Amino acid sequence: MPTALEDLFTKTKAENRAVLIGFLPAGFPTQKESKAIIKAMIDGGVDAIEIGYPYSDPVMDGPVIQAASEQAIANGVGVDQVFDLLKTSVEYGVPSVVMSYWSPIEKYGAAKFAAAVSDAGGSGVVTPDLTIEESELWKSEASDKSINRIYVVAPSTSQERLPKVSSECSGFIYAASSMGVTGTRSRVSISAKSLVDRIRTTSKTPVAVGLGVSNKEQATEVASYADGVIVGSAFIKIIQEHGAGRSGLKKIKQLAAELSEGVRSAR
Amino acid sequence: MAIDKTSQSMDSSILGHFGPYGGRFVPEALISALDQLNDAHISAQADPSFHAELTELHKTYSGRPSILTDAKRFSEHAGGARILLKREDLNHTGSHKINNVLGQALLTKRMGKSRIIAETGAGQHGVASATAAALFGLECVVYMGEADTKRQALNVARMKLLGATVVPVTQGSKTLKDAINEAMRDWVTNVEDTHYLLGTVAGPHPFPTMVRDFQRIIGVEAREQVLALTGKLPDAVLACVGGGSNAMGIFHPFIGDKAVRLIGLEAGGKGVESGFHAATISGGTPGVLHGTRSYVLQDKDGQTIESHSISAGLDYPGVGPEHAYLNDIGRAEYRPITDDQAMYAFSLLCKSEGIIPAIETAHALAGALEIGNELGKGATLLINLSGRGDKDVQTAAEYFGLPL
Repeated sequence: MPTALEDLFTKTKAENRAVLIGFLPAGFPTQKESKAIIKAMIDGGVDAIEIGYPYSDPVMDGPVIQAASEQAIANGVGVDQVFDLLKTSVEYGVPSVVMSYWSPIEKYGAAKFAAAVSDAGGSGVVTPDLTIEESELWKSEASDKSINRIYVVAPSTSQERLPKVSSECSGFIYAASSMGVTGTRSRVSISAKSLVDRIRTTSKTPVAVGLGVSNKEQATEVASYADGVIVGSAFIKIIQEHGAGRSGLKKIKQLAAELSEGVRSAR
Repeated sequence: MAIDKTSQSMDSSILGHFGPYGGRFVPEALISALDQLNDAHISAQADPSFHAELTELHKTYSGRPSILTDAKRFSEHAGGARILLKREDLNHTGSHKINNVLGQALLTKRMGKSRIIAETGAGQHGVASATAAALFGLECVVYMGEADTKRQALNVARMKLLGATVVPVTQGSKTLKDAINEAMRDWVTNVEDTHYLLGTVAGPHPFPTMVRDFQRIIGVEAREQVLALTGKLPDAVLACVGGGSNAMGIFHPFIGDKAVRLIGLEAGGKGVESGFHAATISGGTPGVLHGTRSYVLQDKDGQTIESHSISAGLDYPGVGPEHAYLNDIGRAEYRPITDDQAMYAFSLLCKSEGIIPAIETAHALAGALEIGNELGKGATLLINLSGRGDKDVQTAAEYFGLPL
């Protein structure tokens, strides 16, 4: 049976538009407020939610997400809050996935982690530092629970390696728009489109682009060629600057609405 | 170089596994650079001209072979066991770190890259990297935890004098662990023209294997020197273990000599039971950190726990995966040494031999006192004197209450 995430991509394909995915670390700035932020994202038009498992050594993340993760960890966020938020997000009615570095998953136990994602109604897990070579255990546990495994593909991924990674992905393939870490950028790298084109020659799985997308214009541009657009740091920045009170949430909803318009007007 | 009969690699696969340890846990963006590095390393190892160039640098630049010192007066405190010191402290830049740095700098040239980045805790690896960058005309950026730049201000100045840029890291715990994270982020972004010159036998494959290969000259030389001096192999080989590069370097050529005990001394800080330590194998659990699976100091959620040691160079919550493997199969043993034990041995070596060791190295010396007393007269212990203590004069003076 397809996951809710897979159903979403099927639906948006029929609508000829890209999916808008919003990212937020669990427990940022607090557990209660992270629920309100997700709600605001969804109210504004985000189609799916990616919940970050805040980790002490996030080498794939830029300063914005690092600071948010540090704050969440300092607030005592752990695995319980991650799955609590996942469950909440699913209850809000959108397909939801977890993004986690491998250390917390391995420590919790791959089988237990996959089961917890599935029990919470989650569709899958994005694993930014799990290489396909180290994936044997995760592959069998995730398949066992019928959740999606989402790996990241980079502009530096070789032509020879690309099909090996893309064929391991389900739900969507996470295309890193440029060489670098997460964060807002003034423009989305041109390497993003050529990477998406390259991925498409190897796989029929939808491709979502992340890293550096922060405004409507960029979302529109990326949505013209990709199946999904992932936005994280731009939402977090709003909270860091305006807090998660009424005005912060209003700005979250407003950005989500603009991005949502972007992905709908791209083609 | 003499033919080395114990050079066979213990790697079980091309993916850099040591039993369940090692491997690669990194962003996909780095895979092509790691593959390129692995290819460069393998082809260099098979190329006599590479070895000739490196040997020439050892001979005319860093000062190899390093000598063996029979520490007779120090031995009197070690149950009468004979203590032999492999003098890596006499290398250019003051520690074993230069062995790895020269090797990787040559590989950087072979890969056609023009910029190196490095992490450093105490500053020794940063200084060695800045030195090699100057020698080879490479741009050099060193990431160092902000807390460490203050503790080791002298080494920061040394790196700057050598032409390197030192970037203080203000994220996380502001120490070595976070300097590595920041170096990885730089590498992900600038991998095209940049080589990450990692300083220890940790990190993703091929670093644990490659750094070991560049450090094993310590053990190759020492094995011959001990045989020439005593006519037999030592009863035990001892080295301090933070990430574990000096230990791996001296252990590796002895792995096939089953009768030789291999003993790694970890930083026990204020005692493993206190929670304030950096004894990763003695007090940690298997997990993933900085691209490799090994023993890690971590909590129940897999979050890294901050380590504590009087020695900045051992103050690291991870350890090389090959050490984890040698521990699990029982080929090597690992013991914690407290700050106080290390500083006692530090002082003893100063006064009995006229050698000021690095505080890192003092952990191995404290281990020598312990093991010497266990084995007694007639035993021979080979100790890797991995670095000199000039950089630690301030810390030691404060510890012993000397006015500066």
